[in-house]
Amino acid sequence: MDYQSPLAKVRGLGSAKSGTGHWWMQRVTALALVPLTYWLLVYLGMSLTSPYQQTLAWLAQPLHAVAVWSWVLLACYHAALGLQVVIEDYVAAEGLKIIAVWLVNLAFLFLALAASVALLRIVVAG
Amino acid sequence: MAEFTLPKNSVLTKGREFPAPDDATHTRRFEVYRWDPEAGENPRVDVFHLDMDDCGPMVLDAIIKIKNEIDSGLTFRRSCREGVCGSCAMNINGRNSLACTKAIEGYTGTIKIFPLPHMQVVKDLVPDMTHFYAQYASIKPWLEAQTPAPADSERLQSHADRAKLDGLYDCVLCACCSTSCPSYWWNGDRYLGPAVLLQAYRWLVDSRDENTGERLDDLEDPFKLYRCHTIMNCTDTCPKDLNPAKAIAEIKKLLLQRQQG
Repeated sequence: MDYQSPLAKVRGLGSAKSGTGHWWMQRVTALALVPLTYWLLVYLGMSLTSPYQQTLAWLAQPLHAVAVWSWVLLACYHAALGLQVVIEDYVAAEGLKIIAVWLVNLAFLFLALAASVALLRIVVAG
Repeated sequence: MAEFTLPKNSVLTKGREFPAPDDATHTRRFEVYRWDPEAGENPRVDVFHLDMDDCGPMVLDAIIKIKNEIDSGLTFRRSCREGVCGSCAMNINGRNSLACTKAIEGYTGTIKIFPLPHMQVVKDLVPDMTHFYAQYASIKPWLEAQTPAPADSERLQSHADRAKLDGLYDCVLCACCSTSCPSYWWNGDRYLGPAVLLQAYRWLVDSRDENTGERLDDLEDPFKLYRCHTIMNCTDTCPKDLNPAKAIAEIKKLLLQRQQG
């Protein structure tokens, strides 16, 4: 028999006093990605049509490097934030939920670091 | 995982069919969800053919006619029969609404009547509202103020401040919006849902209330508030034409305002 009152169930552990930052950063990164996607498209276009050295030279220019790097960092951050929401929506089991969220976070951290190292090598080594 | 399919004991079966009287010329077909907790059987869909020349104009009239004349066991909530009490909220042809404000003529073909989606059913069209009401109680839906009320008058409010409550105080808590929200379906145990959040906003913007900060503290939570993903089913389905999605967006704006001000 369950004797806990409905109100006790609803109030549960109370408010986490967080969530606004997560929600807001999802919107900010989404907006920031709109203009930055221009550089990504140029870069992808060059990867498909231009010679290797020319693409590297384009990427090594400071403005292009910073723009593409910003895209990578913001996209990874945005994706991690968004996937966390999807997991929280659909995965009800508490343990599985925490594991899934942190697998996603670490995967995108790894991707962002790998892309950063690659970009730095291109910028420094040319 | 969130439950996307019905549990075995909730799968619908075919029910009984009740023909219209022989002399009826103008009939309509109604499919009604039936479940009896004492029968130990799966829910079924009963079919009723009603004589429209001997029936009131609203969907609620048809349900009352069924109960009065065909099957007195049909169980549903109803009271005011004019969209004020919010009792007869149900799912009519796939859309949550108040049966008393929906004209039968507004639908073509068979009218399918089901209880509010994703709620525990008590019997037939009656869902268990216990959790929904407890969520409402949890947002403290009353005026909270340290300042004592004036000894010889009520707490005053400007016309402009009173106008902020329009579209909020009109909510009758029928739960059509909350039970149309996928986020409420999957996470209704923790997500407060559009109806309760609209009520929370009603007290946040009340100029006489002095506990705005504490109310925002209580709402700032990834589950209580931020399960809202602006799906807009709530605003789409509201039988009172209110806008719970906007109220939730306003709560998010208030929370952002106090952080980034």
